[in-house]
Amino acid sequence: MIYTAIVFLPLLGALIAGLFGPWIGARASEIITTGVLLICAALSWVVFSDVGFSHHTAKVTVLRWISSGELDVAWALRIDTLTAVMLVVVTTVSSLVHLYSIGYMHEDDGRPRFFAYLSLFTFAMLMLVTADNLLQMLFGWEGVGLASYLLIGFWYKKPSANAAAIKAFVVNRVGDFGFALGIFGLFAALGSIGLDKIFADAPTLIGHKISIFGVNADMLTVLCLLLFMGAMGKSAQLGLHTWLPDAMEGPTPVSALIHAATMVTAGVFMVARLSPLFELSPDASRVVMYVGTATAFFAATVGLVQNDIKRVIAYSTCSQLGYMFAALGAGAYGAGIFHLFTHAFFKALLFLGAGSVIHAMHHEQDMRNMGGLAKKIPITFAMMTIGTLALTGLGIPHYFGFAGFHSKDAIIEAAFAAHTPYNIVFWTLVFAAFMTSFYSWRLVFMTFFQAPRWGEGHGHDHGHDGAAAHANDHAHGHGDHHHEPHESPQVMLIPLYVLALGSVAAGFVFAPYFIGHDYKEFWGKSLFEGEHNHVMHAMHELPEWVGFAPFVAMLAGLALAYLFYIKAPGLPAATARAFRPLYLFLLNKWYFDELYDAVFVKPAMWIGRALWKGGDGAIIDGTIDGTGATVLAGSNQAMKLQTGFVYHYAFAMLIGVAAILSYMIVQAGGFK
Amino acid sequence: MQQALNLATLTPLYPEIVIALGAMALLMAGAFRPAGAVSLKARDGEIIGWAAILVLAVALYFVAAGPSWKVSLFEGAFINDGFARFMKVLILTGAAASLMLSFDYLKEHVPELFEYPVLLLLAVVGMMMMVSAGDLIALYLAIELQSLALYVMAAIRRDDVKSSEAGLKYFVLGALSSGMLLYGASLIYGFTGSTSLAVIAQVAQSSGAATNIGLIVGLVFLMVGIAFKISAVPFHMWTPDVYEGAPTPVTAFFAAVPKLAAMALLVRVLATGFPGAAGGIKWQQIVVFLSLASMFLGAFAAIGQTNIKRLMAYSSIANIGFALVGLASQNEQGVQGVLIYLAIYMAMTLGTFAAILAMRRGGAPVEDINELAGLSQTNPSMAFILLLLFFSLAGIPPLAGFFAKYYVFLAAVKAGLWPLAVLGVIASVVGAFYYLNIVKIIYFDEAKPAFAHVDRNVFLVMAACGLFVILFIAAPSPLVDAALAAAKSLKP
Repeated sequence: MIYTAIVFLPLLGALIAGLFGPWIGARASEIITTGVLLICAALSWVVFSDVGFSHHTAKVTVLRWISSGELDVAWALRIDTLTAVMLVVVTTVSSLVHLYSIGYMHEDDGRPRFFAYLSLFTFAMLMLVTADNLLQMLFGWEGVGLASYLLIGFWYKKPSANAAAIKAFVVNRVGDFGFALGIFGLFAALGSIGLDKIFADAPTLIGHKISIFGVNADMLTVLCLLLFMGAMGKSAQLGLHTWLPDAMEGPTPVSALIHAATMVTAGVFMVARLSPLFELSPDASRVVMYVGTATAFFAATVGLVQNDIKRVIAYSTCSQLGYMFAALGAGAYGAGIFHLFTHAFFKALLFLGAGSVIHAMHHEQDMRNMGGLAKKIPITFAMMTIGTLALTGLGIPHYFGFAGFHSKDAIIEAAFAAHTPYNIVFWTLVFAAFMTSFYSWRLVFMTFFQAPRWGEGHGHDHGHDGAAAHANDHAHGHGDHHHEPHESPQVMLIPLYVLALGSVAAGFVFAPYFIGHDYKEFWGKSLFEGEHNHVMHAMHELPEWVGFAPFVAMLAGLALAYLFYIKAPGLPAATARAFRPLYLFLLNKWYFDELYDAVFVKPAMWIGRALWKGGDGAIIDGTIDGTGATVLAGSNQAMKLQTGFVYHYAFAMLIGVAAILSYMIVQAGGFK
Repeated sequence: MQQALNLATLTPLYPEIVIALGAMALLMAGAFRPAGAVSLKARDGEIIGWAAILVLAVALYFVAAGPSWKVSLFEGAFINDGFARFMKVLILTGAAASLMLSFDYLKEHVPELFEYPVLLLLAVVGMMMMVSAGDLIALYLAIELQSLALYVMAAIRRDDVKSSEAGLKYFVLGALSSGMLLYGASLIYGFTGSTSLAVIAQVAQSSGAATNIGLIVGLVFLMVGIAFKISAVPFHMWTPDVYEGAPTPVTAFFAAVPKLAAMALLVRVLATGFPGAAGGIKWQQIVVFLSLASMFLGAFAAIGQTNIKRLMAYSSIANIGFALVGLASQNEQGVQGVLIYLAIYMAMTLGTFAAILAMRRGGAPVEDINELAGLSQTNPSMAFILLLLFFSLAGIPPLAGFFAKYYVFLAAVKAGLWPLAVLGVIASVVGAFYYLNIVKIIYFDEAKPAFAHVDRNVFLVMAACGLFVILFIAAPSPLVDAALAAAKSLKP
C-alpha cells in the first residue's frame, strides 16, 4: 500500500495540477503537488529504513497489463534495496525542487503546467525505478523522457528552448532504439521480459553466439551493449551526451531535478539493476567502464573553459555520470550507486544554488558578468561552497569527508582494483578529479570572489534562463541597468539547507552500509556479483597512496584555481592565448555538435528536402492530383452519355444485350 | 401434388391478400365518397396515409405470424420461405417509411390523395409476389403488377412536365425491358419444357446445358429484363431522369423498395433456377460485368451532379453494383451479403431522401446540392444525421455502410473473386469523394438561409435511419443471422 502510494500520489498531483490548474489556480497547484511530494519523500525514507536495514523486500502487483502469447506483463512494483535508494533520491530531491520552484517560478504564468510536469516526471521516474519487468521500465524511461522534453521546452516561446527540447528527444531516441532492441533480444532469447525470469535464465545463454551482419558475436555481450546504448543516451555518455548541456535551456529547478539528480542517473540505475546480466559478460562490463572513464575525462576538460554557470555544472554532471559508469563497469556496483546517491544531493545543491545566483542576478547566467557576490548573497555562497566541497571530495582519509569524498574515492579505488593496463582508468579518473576540482573552484571564484562585474550597466543579453519569466518581471525594476543582487527568499533557501546537510553527511553516514564491509547484507539480492568479482573487497586492500591520490588531485586543482582566479587574474587569458587551438577545441566542446551536424543533421535535412520536393511533391501529389483529374474527366464522359433522349437510352440497352449475348455465345462455343 | 384450396392452406398468402383488399377498400372509399358533400382537406391526407400504413402493418403481422418453414403453393408458383419472408419484411418496412415521407406531399396535392397510397399498395403486392415467385409466369405477372403501378406513380403529377416526362420514359423503356424479359422466358420454356424454376434447374444442371445456346440466350434476356429493374449499367439510363422528374416521395420509394424486390428476384432466379457454375451456364460473368459497370459508372457520373436527386440516382446505381458483388460470389455467404447490403442500403436511402424532403424553402423544395451549405449552423441535428448517412454510404467504419460492403467483399474474396473485390474497393473510394463533398458543403461552406421547419414524420424517419446506421455495430447479429437463415433457405 505504502509503495503504491509513493508511486501514484505524484501522478494524482500531476493530474490535479495539469487538468484543473486553470480553475484551482497556481497557488493551489503548487501546494497540492509540493505537499504530495513531501508526503512521498517521508514515506520513502520509511521504506528505505525498512528495506535497507530490516531487509523487507516486497513485490506488489498492481494489475495485469499485457497477455499475448508468451508475453505476459504485469504492472508490478519491485521493492528491494536498490529501489529504496532510488526512491529516497527521487522523492527527496523532487520534493525539495518543488518547494524551491515555488520561489523560483513565482513570476511565471504557467505555474500549474510547470508543477504538473514536475509531478508527472516524478511519477514516471518512480515507475522506472520500481519496474519489475523491462517493459514497465521502458514505460518509465519514456515517461521521464517526455517530461524532460516538456520541461526543457517549458518556455516554448523561446526558439532555443524548443530546439534544445527536440535535440534532447532525438538524441535519446538513438539510445532508446538500442534499449528497445535489447529488450526484444532478451525476449527472443529467453521468452520473458520479467526481471526474475531473466536473471534466473540468463546463465543458460553463456557461450551462445548470435550472428550480426555476418559476425559471430557473443549473445550476452550484444544484448548488454544494446541495453547499455539506452543507458548512454539517457545518462549522456560520450557520443550521446550532446543534449545535456543544451537541456540547460529549461528552468533551473528542472536542471537540478531531471538533468542532474534523477533522470540522467536512470542509465546508471538500469545497468545496476541488470547487474546479473552484465556480470555474465566481462566484455560488456569493460565497455561500460571505458565509456564511463572517457566521458568523465571528456566532460571535465570541456567544463574547464565554459563561462555559463549552468553549463559548467552540466558538464560536471556528465563527468560524474562517467565516474558512476566506470564503477559499474569495474564491478563495484555499490560504489556506483553510492556515488549516484551522494551526487544527487550535492549536484542538486549546486544547481539550486546556481539558480539562486541567477535569481539574484536577474537571470544573468554568464560568470564573466558576476563576481564579488559572496558579500551580497552570503547564504547562497555558503551553500554553494558546501556543494563544491562535496563535489570535489574534500576529506581527510580515515577521519571525515564530505559526501563526494567517500563515494568518488571509492570509485577511484575500484578503478585501481580493476587492474586495467597501466592502470589507465585509475590515472584518467584521478586526472579528471583534478580537473573537477579546478573548474568547480573556478566557478566559485569567478562568481563569488574577484571584483564585481555586474554594476557596470553592461548591455548583456538577457535571453538565457527565464526570458519568459523576465517578461513580467516588474517587481525587479526592469530596465534599470544597475540591479542590485539580492538574497533569495526562504522558500528557496530551505531546500538548500536540506541538500547541504545531505552533502555533508550522506557520505560518512551511509558509507559503511553502501560500500563498507557489510555491504552485501545491505544490498541483499538487488545487486549481483559474479564469482570472480572481488573488486569490492580488493578496494579495501590497496596501497596507502591510492587512497591519497584523489585527495592530492583535489588540492592541486584548488591551488591552481586559486592561482588563476584570485592571485593572478591575468593568467587565464594568457594561457588561453598560449594554447589557443587547445582552448578553442575545449570551448567548442571537442566540436561534437559540428561533427554531428555535418554527418547526421545536414544529410538528413538534404534527404528530407529531396523526399519532400521530389517524393512527396512530384510523385505522390502528382499521382493524386492526376488521379483526381482523371476521375473528373471520367465523370464528364459518363455524364455526356446521359442525353435525355429515350431512343439513346433504348439503343444503349440493345448494345448491352448484344454485347452480353455475343460474349456468352462465344463462351459456349458458338452455334453448332 | 394437388392441394385443396381452402383458407388454411392460403395462410402464406395472407399478407398479399390483406394488402390487395386494403388497396381495394381505399380505392372504393375514394371513388364512392359522398360526392361534393365534403371536399377533401389537407388533413385527410395524413389519415389516408396512416390507413395505408395500417394495412402494411397488418400484412407485416401476417408475414411474421405465417409459417416459418418452406411452403409452395400453386404448383410451386408461389414460394414462401425464409428468403421471401426476409425480403417481405424489408419491403413492408420500406413502403411504410416511404408513406410517412409522403404526408407532406399528399397535403399539397389533395386531388391525388387516394391514388397515391392505392398505387403504392398495389406495387407492394407486386413486389411481394416477385420475391415469392417460383415460376416464370408468376414472375412476369408480379413484375408487371409492380411496374404498372410504378409507371403511374412516376407520372402522378399530371400538370408537371418533368413528372410526365419521367413517367413516359420509364414506361417506354420499361415496356422494352418487359418485352426482353418475356422473350427470354419463352425461350427458356422452349428449351426446358417448363416454366417452373425447380424443373428449369434440373435441365440447367444437366450435361450439355453449358452449350445449350437457346437456354443461354433465354437466360441473358431474362437477366437483362431484371437488370433494367435494378438499374444495373448499361440498363440504367432511365434512372437519373426518372429520379429527378418524379415527385421526391415517389423517388424515395423507387430508390428504396422496388430495387430490393427486383434484386431479390434476380437472386432467386439465378440461385434456384440456374444453381451452381460447374457444368452450368456461366452467368457469373454477366453478373461480374453488370457489377463492375454499375459500380464505376455510378461512382464516376455522380461526381459531376449538382441535383441531389440525380446524385442519389447514380448512388443507387453504384450501390446495386456493390450488391451484385455478393451475387457474383455464387455462394451462401454471397447471398447473405446481398441481403445485408439491401437492408442497410434501404435504411441509408430512406434516411437520405427524408433529408432531401426536408430541403424546403419558401414552400417549395430545393434540390441543388449547394443549398445544403452551412446546414451545420442552421440545423445541426439534421446536418449530423446527414453526416452519418453520407459517411455510411461512403463506407466509413464503424457505420453500417461499411459492414454492408464488408460482407459482400468478404464473400467475393472467399469465392476467389478478389480482383472484383479490389476493384469494388477502388470504386467505393471514388464514390466516397462525392459523399464527403456533400459533408464538406454541409459543414464548411458559408451558411445559406435555413430550411423550412421539418415535418415531424420526416424527421422521425431520418432520425431512425441515422440511429440504425450508427447503432448497427452495437448489435449486428439480428440482421446478420436473419440474412444467413434466409440465404440458407434458398437451398433446394
